[in-house]
Amino acid sequence: MIAFTRLHSVAVPMPDADIDTDIIFPARFLVLTQKAGLGRYAFHDQRFDADGVARPEFVLHRPAWRGASVLVAGANFGCGSSREQAPWALADLGLRCLIAPSFGEIFEANCLNNGILPLRLAPAEHARALVAAQAAQTVTVDLQQRQVNLPGQPPIVFAIAERARLALLEGRDEIDRIRAQDGARIAAFEQAQRARQPWLFADPAAA
Amino acid sequence: MSHTLYDKLWLSHVVSSERDDHGDEVALLYIDRQLLHEVSSPQGFEGLRGRGLPVHRVDAQLAVADHAVPTRHRDRPIADPLARAQVALLERNTAAAGVRYIALADARHGIVHVIGPEQGFTLPGITLVCGDSHTSTHGAFGALAFGIGASEIECVLATQTLRQRRARNLRVQVDGALPPGVGAKDLILHVIGRLGAAGATGHAIEFCGAAIERLGMAGRMTVCNMSIEAGARSGLVAPDDTTFAWLQGRPLAPRGVHWEQALDYWRGLHSDAGARFERTLAVDAAALRPQATWGTSPDQVLALDARVPDPAAAASPAAARKIERALAYMGLAPGTALQDIAIDQVFIGSCTNSRIEDLREAAAVLRGRRKHARVNAIVVPGSALVARQAEAEGLDQVFIGAGLEWRAPGCSLCVAMNDDRLAPGTRCASTSNRNFEGRQGAGARTHLVGPATAAASAVAGHLVDPRTLMETP
Repeated sequence: MIAFTRLHSVAVPMPDADIDTDIIFPARFLVLTQKAGLGRYAFHDQRFDADGVARPEFVLHRPAWRGASVLVAGANFGCGSSREQAPWALADLGLRCLIAPSFGEIFEANCLNNGILPLRLAPAEHARALVAAQAAQTVTVDLQQRQVNLPGQPPIVFAIAERARLALLEGRDEIDRIRAQDGARIAAFEQAQRARQPWLFADPAAA
Repeated sequence: MSHTLYDKLWLSHVVSSERDDHGDEVALLYIDRQLLHEVSSPQGFEGLRGRGLPVHRVDAQLAVADHAVPTRHRDRPIADPLARAQVALLERNTAAAGVRYIALADARHGIVHVIGPEQGFTLPGITLVCGDSHTSTHGAFGALAFGIGASEIECVLATQTLRQRRARNLRVQVDGALPPGVGAKDLILHVIGRLGAAGATGHAIEFCGAAIERLGMAGRMTVCNMSIEAGARSGLVAPDDTTFAWLQGRPLAPRGVHWEQALDYWRGLHSDAGARFERTLAVDAAALRPQATWGTSPDQVLALDARVPDPAAAASPAAARKIERALAYMGLAPGTALQDIAIDQVFIGSCTNSRIEDLREAAAVLRGRRKHARVNAIVVPGSALVARQAEAEGLDQVFIGAGLEWRAPGCSLCVAMNDDRLAPGTRCASTSNRNFEGRQGAGARTHLVGPATAAASAVAGHLVDPRTLMETP
């Protein structure tokens, strides 16, 4: 995972609530089995018309927001399907921080596993961030200091679980960590589980 | 110390635990079972190969292809080259790793959330994950079951564990009895409407009360399946004699001494008297009526005798905007009576409503009737076993006789990433779980309903309360 650094970028506004992962990554593209290069499918049916022609009015196609790495979304962003293609596609577009009042829970975990910071802000602070994004202002997201800076405003200090913060900053790999730190505990748990629920370790067909 | 069912399932799977800086418990949870399908697993298997790691526990995995598979011409190779390659990749990955794989031609093939329980792979008291948000379905058995992403699939393949934040406890207490003609789907749609699409985010929902206890396993699965549509990754029903009777004798369910031991253990899986729920939602089952969604989020739902809402009457500008956006996509005018909404398509199927009980419910409405001439309708059983059972009962002939198509098992029109896909503007009464924009095809319009309502609407040519077609006692 790529380490998360300080972001200094124009913020894209996408204020509608309940933007689900079907909108972020339409299901018909799920037959692709790769992770890379999925950005072209992000928000596909809103970005392109039925003939595949880019809609110039779609926010990501407008010059003021081109190349943004921060997106300010509405409530419950990423609800619905667990497809990790949604954060893969967003990351491929260059987005590294999503700011919303709330996120779909599976999507939020998927973002963290892909070096994307899903940043939950209280309604008043989120509203300020959205206004800045709508004005195509450049914002700074500093994960080290846990701060979002909007031009001409006092910094917004945000909360994030320390484990998630360090994982993003260091680009940690969760599987490597679990294997290194918890391998013995997992083996011990399995032994205890085998005693508590032996039927979970037996093959009924062989019984 | 009193515990909820969720607490018991959580506590019995903690490998290691810590408090984060918000005071929330974050634990490394042991995962007893993982279901794998062709869409969310390829990257996990590839990651594992890249690490040079084996699957930690092959006996804890079960794989099947369901999302991308066609529901017609199953005797031929899959026509779509991408879908064919995706299914072939799952076959190769599982064969190389030594993971059990149920092939398309297998008598046990079907939708992952239908076959897991059917085979007895799903059991009370376990943790179960799958790269699919409707994994909440398996909570109907008193299992802690939740959907995960591809990175998490890889983590479970490699370590049999996942790091998780402990959820809060939300009880949905459904007292009374559901009236005739009102089913589990109507109940859960109503609950989602009350909670909102994000109303249960961060919570595990336990469904309790007399109406839940009276539901069979199919109804309980329908209810838990759609917990995610209120934001909850997990739904739960405490296992009871209904659960145990349903599971006994299933191929992968414990047998002999293990069955007796398991029963003893499973009987302790319920919320203790005095257990603390952070929130409770009370529902009076007797007051429920058949439901249908009108918008593009599952919480945009009303009883069928209601009218489409007017954004002008919304509580806030944001709420008005949400209604306007949904009505624009759905092509509906404010104030339209739900039962005046004409439909072009009916879909009976999906992990929500494709079990034998669902097909019986639909067939009971369709017997001796004929679908409306304008309506195309397909019935997609959840598994090959469900299909054979339906055929043994003559239900396939009821559907065919009514002008509906009888298909082979798969996710079909619930996800529309296979050959089953609706044209822009097509309006569908669907027993699936999501009415999102584009869910059944770009520009297609979805109304979520129960099986009886879908069947009745196929006959009427518009959304209709199925009780109008049912014999009155």
